[in-house]
Amino acid sequence: MMQDLVVVLVFITYAILVLIVFGVLLTWVERKQAAVMADRIGANRAYIRLPFTRIKLVWIGLFHAIADGLKMLLKEDFKPDAHDGLVYEIAPWLVFAPVLLVFAVIPFGGTLVPSEILSFSESASKWFAGRTYQMQIAHLDAGLLVVFAFGGVTVIGAMLAGWSSGNKFSLLGAVRAGAQMISYEVVMGLSVLGLVLLYGTVDLVDVVKQQSGIVLGVLPAWGIFLQPVAAILFLTAAMAENKRVPFDLPEAESELIAGYFTEYTGMKMGLFMFAEFIEIAVIAALFTTLFLGGSNLPFLGDAGFVFPGGTEVPLAHGAVVLIQVVVFLIKVLLMSSFQVQVRWSLPRFRYDQLLRFGWTFLLPLGILNLVATAVVAYVRNG
Amino acid sequence: MGKTPHRRKTYWNEPELGLWERLYILEVIHGLWITGGVFFKNMARWLTFRKGALTAQYPEERRSDYAAGNRGKHILTQRPDGRPQCVACMLCATVCPARVIEIEAAFDPDDAAHPKHPARFEIDYSRCVFCGLCVEACPEDAIRMPQDVPDLPAEDRSQMWVSRDHLLTWSPRSDAAKPYGGPR
Repeated sequence: MMQDLVVVLVFITYAILVLIVFGVLLTWVERKQAAVMADRIGANRAYIRLPFTRIKLVWIGLFHAIADGLKMLLKEDFKPDAHDGLVYEIAPWLVFAPVLLVFAVIPFGGTLVPSEILSFSESASKWFAGRTYQMQIAHLDAGLLVVFAFGGVTVIGAMLAGWSSGNKFSLLGAVRAGAQMISYEVVMGLSVLGLVLLYGTVDLVDVVKQQSGIVLGVLPAWGIFLQPVAAILFLTAAMAENKRVPFDLPEAESELIAGYFTEYTGMKMGLFMFAEFIEIAVIAALFTTLFLGGSNLPFLGDAGFVFPGGTEVPLAHGAVVLIQVVVFLIKVLLMSSFQVQVRWSLPRFRYDQLLRFGWTFLLPLGILNLVATAVVAYVRNG
Repeated sequence: MGKTPHRRKTYWNEPELGLWERLYILEVIHGLWITGGVFFKNMARWLTFRKGALTAQYPEERRSDYAAGNRGKHILTQRPDGRPQCVACMLCATVCPARVIEIEAAFDPDDAAHPKHPARFEIDYSRCVFCGLCVEACPEDAIRMPQDVPDLPAEDRSQMWVSRDHLLTWSPRSDAAKPYGGPR
């Protein structure tokens, strides 16, 4: 029992660290990637001076995240006169917490056998004898449903923030957020249903395990190759859920100041922004889990690489676990970077275009994809 | 009278979307292809230790492509012995539309040819409009404006005054036209 507690605590620490680091790092990635895409250099002026020297560490602008954080923490905590006390305070947390919670069911690695990793210590490996763990905080059979349940809570936070601010721009932003996020939630659910039909499960660990094979001889059996339409639909809907360009109507700067968090200052506003950046990482993790094979690397099994020609490269268990964790992180980073690229490439929709796009283009496409998948699954499995 | 709905005026250059554009997804891929191409091109330059941006990091880097006739920071030309060519005639200070040139003349009985010289010659760059009239007015070719911009980021206006010695030495140049001195 204690062993489980220790392992889960390690997983939780790792997950929170990864999310916070991704949230901070993505502010830097967003600035720098946008700059490189636009022939610019990007933020590179924040520095840390080594004490008692004149050496300034710039580190390609990484310290701007610290400067941002300090600025938000030290700002005056302004509240509008007309705000609704309790709701105004809890709204940022209602946006921030579900984003972290979603990560609880995402498997960020393969199978972990602590007794093999701790084999250098006799007592430690004996303590863990015979126990294996999936690298995931909460192993729930209904993992995918939990993702959608928590993803839906974010809408409530955004709407409460807008309602409780006592500002018409905030209210408009909140109404837009509500309509937009509920519309795209439908598309997101439909796009994933096709995968559920194929895999026959909503357990994310099982989903990842089923993507470890090879299809058509060369392609890894990742969801994106089995369900390419669903992958595009899911990514589109997920970006709309995250309210980023081209779907940033709820916080459209040129129309609504900052949308539903106009009246928030300091770290409360920072929580909204931080939630947005962490959600980029969470969406990337979710996309990786569902469509990019999670922590699977082609030809990498539990005992090492097994190439089709019969060549085998045996690896220690620790090395395999490390490779799987790193592979997952790299996939997440690439997907986050792709979302940033989309954000800096496409112009914002008009609001009627946004809803029409969701209901009359993405939704029918999702249904068609689902029907086609159902037919194929029926023909194949009888 | 019922209200008639507003009808938007149509223009001769009304944008027309073909089937390709109306499918949207293809144009999205096209746009991502363009931005991605620029990103990877610039990234390849950065990763091979070249510069992948058009930006000049101003106080650290200087642009090299100023126009040939760019009027930049002033210099005072020198005689061969290093004293200023200026005879403190005050023409530049008189013609200056922004009145940024301040000269204090001094008398030097030892130099019979040029007894009058500037003890102080100061320019306030916070007000200078870089019109070049001082250069035009100077009868002695004592003041010139090379291409370089005045590299003067300062925290206060008072720090933007430039002294005679600085104008003489930041880019020392002797007057080639005078018979007693060539380029040093």
